[in-house]
Amino acid sequence: MTNAEDMRPPAIERQEGGLVLTGSWTLAEHGRLKALLTQAAPPEQTVSLSGIDRLDTAGATLLIRWLGVDRLRGLLLQEQALAPERRALLETLLDALDRAPAPEAPKQGLLSQLLEGLGRQTQALGQQFWQQSGFMGLVLQSLLGILFRPGRWRITAFVNQVHQTGLNAVPIVALLTFLVGAVVAFLGATVLGAFGAEVYTVNLVAYSFLREFGVLLAAILMAGRTASAFTAQIGSMKANEELDALRTLGLNPVELLVIPRVLALMLTLPLLSFVAVVSGIIGGGVVSLLSLGISLEQFLGILADVPLNHYLVGMAKAPIFAFVVAIIGCLEGFKVSGSAESVGRHTTSSVVQSIFMVILLDAVAALFFMEMGW
Amino acid sequence: MTQTDTLIEVRGLCNRFGRNSVHEALDLDLYRGEILGIVGGSGTGKSVLLRSIVGLNRPHSGEVRLFGRNLLALPARERSELEQRMGVLFQGGALFSSLTVRENVALPLIEHAGLTRADAEALAEVKLALTGLAAHAGDLYPASLSGGMVKRAALARALALDPDVLFLDEPTAGLDPIGAAAFDQLLLTLRNALGLTVFMVTHDLDSLWTACDRIAVLSQKRVLVADSPERVAEYDDPWIQDYFNGPRGRAAYQAVQGS
Repeated sequence: MTNAEDMRPPAIERQEGGLVLTGSWTLAEHGRLKALLTQAAPPEQTVSLSGIDRLDTAGATLLIRWLGVDRLRGLLLQEQALAPERRALLETLLDALDRAPAPEAPKQGLLSQLLEGLGRQTQALGQQFWQQSGFMGLVLQSLLGILFRPGRWRITAFVNQVHQTGLNAVPIVALLTFLVGAVVAFLGATVLGAFGAEVYTVNLVAYSFLREFGVLLAAILMAGRTASAFTAQIGSMKANEELDALRTLGLNPVELLVIPRVLALMLTLPLLSFVAVVSGIIGGGVVSLLSLGISLEQFLGILADVPLNHYLVGMAKAPIFAFVVAIIGCLEGFKVSGSAESVGRHTTSSVVQSIFMVILLDAVAALFFMEMGW
Repeated sequence: MTQTDTLIEVRGLCNRFGRNSVHEALDLDLYRGEILGIVGGSGTGKSVLLRSIVGLNRPHSGEVRLFGRNLLALPARERSELEQRMGVLFQGGALFSSLTVRENVALPLIEHAGLTRADAEALAEVKLALTGLAAHAGDLYPASLSGGMVKRAALARALALDPDVLFLDEPTAGLDPIGAAAFDQLLLTLRNALGLTVFMVTHDLDSLWTACDRIAVLSQKRVLVADSPERVAEYDDPWIQDYFNGPRGRAAYQAVQGS
């Protein structure tokens, strides 16, 4: 073992015969060595290496960079007194460095970099749209393929997914929509109270939850909770080559993994939307009863007068949102490549995309239903 | 400093997982400058032994002394200093998947040696060249490397801080015979050039014959024998005889004798 105390710092000493390198040329002295070598230009005189106490790859690399590969090779031939392991180290490094000249990456201007980034992103966006459409087609095709063959229905997987995506999500959906319902009621009471129309708070809560908030909140929660789970599940299977294993066993990953998930979400999201509607209206109702002085009979009477078509308009969107969320979640899972980091990146991407798509579709639907007068 | 300077002493090591005992009173020495091969059947605790020595696994009882000191009893700072003198090559490479190969090797140089990023990456490039990776490989992410390249990149990272001791967990597993032979040669070259001490868990009979100075056989929860390959191959134990004098063992021995 070598003690730190008896190590001299690296130095270049001028002697009669030429330069003598001394001290410890190691990684620990990297900073000092670099300063030393940038001051001293590669010398004309002979250089002696035999004064070096300790040498490792870091020091040897700096030495090679300073003297140049050819010069050091020549020096090794002259220097007879050099310890064999030190000679071996320098020769191994010289061989390695000789073989692999580091290629210089071409430098780019800022503008061309920006343009390149913009181009790549636009292309990626187009490609993503293309992939999503293709994947939807693939899923529908596989679905048609097994529709009339009950033997290939994956009942167990389907029930399991219904349990995970539906039943387990009921508490969080109910709680969140209850709170949002209460908040909407407070908001309505404040604004409508200025016109003495507090009683319309009930209509506000009922209309907003039946048409929009019920399904929208449920879908956004599913996008965060379920789309990410789908991506992570399928993605880690992809990273572990399990999907490839399925293919080599002659099984279809879309049929096995995607269809149960898509169908399960298409079943559970309408149910969860219903839970959301009911619990949102209850939230609004509790606020109305407790702080607005509206009686229960009055509240139920107003609710009963709300036309049914609002409810139908809201619920009609649920299966579509479910399909989109499930497709995005599964597709991002298939796009995972190899590493754990990739799983994380695609999970984030699937949540962002599915929430974006849900809100976009909802806006389009709102416009459509308004024009239709439904 | 003598020729038989002991870097690592394992004394009375016991490892138990639940009721299952893996090591009982295991003793082992690792001497400076040697390449020690560890062999043993599946489940004899070769990897557990490696993990116990590098401090990833707290033994049930017994002591592991690295450079004369017990790693697990040291304060964090001294422990980190000691850990910097070891390089570990994990079986699957364990390269950080979010960093490029060059950044993987540069990471310990930046964190521990205090080099600037540019210096560290230049030095990382040298290490990569030293382990025989092509120059463009530094820019790749681990996910796009082949098995042999992963091993080489992981070796470069293990060598980043110029460690005294190198731990290898099945370094040639999953490599083709040519790649495995090249790895053995690389190991010998690096040992001679850098003065490394190597602790290698392996199943590769060719590696054992070509690269190892000593072989330690793990069996019956302890080190059955630790000696030169020839001596170990003659040891009177049914498992060792099957291992070294079975058809594969014979072929590997004759190949080494012939060359």
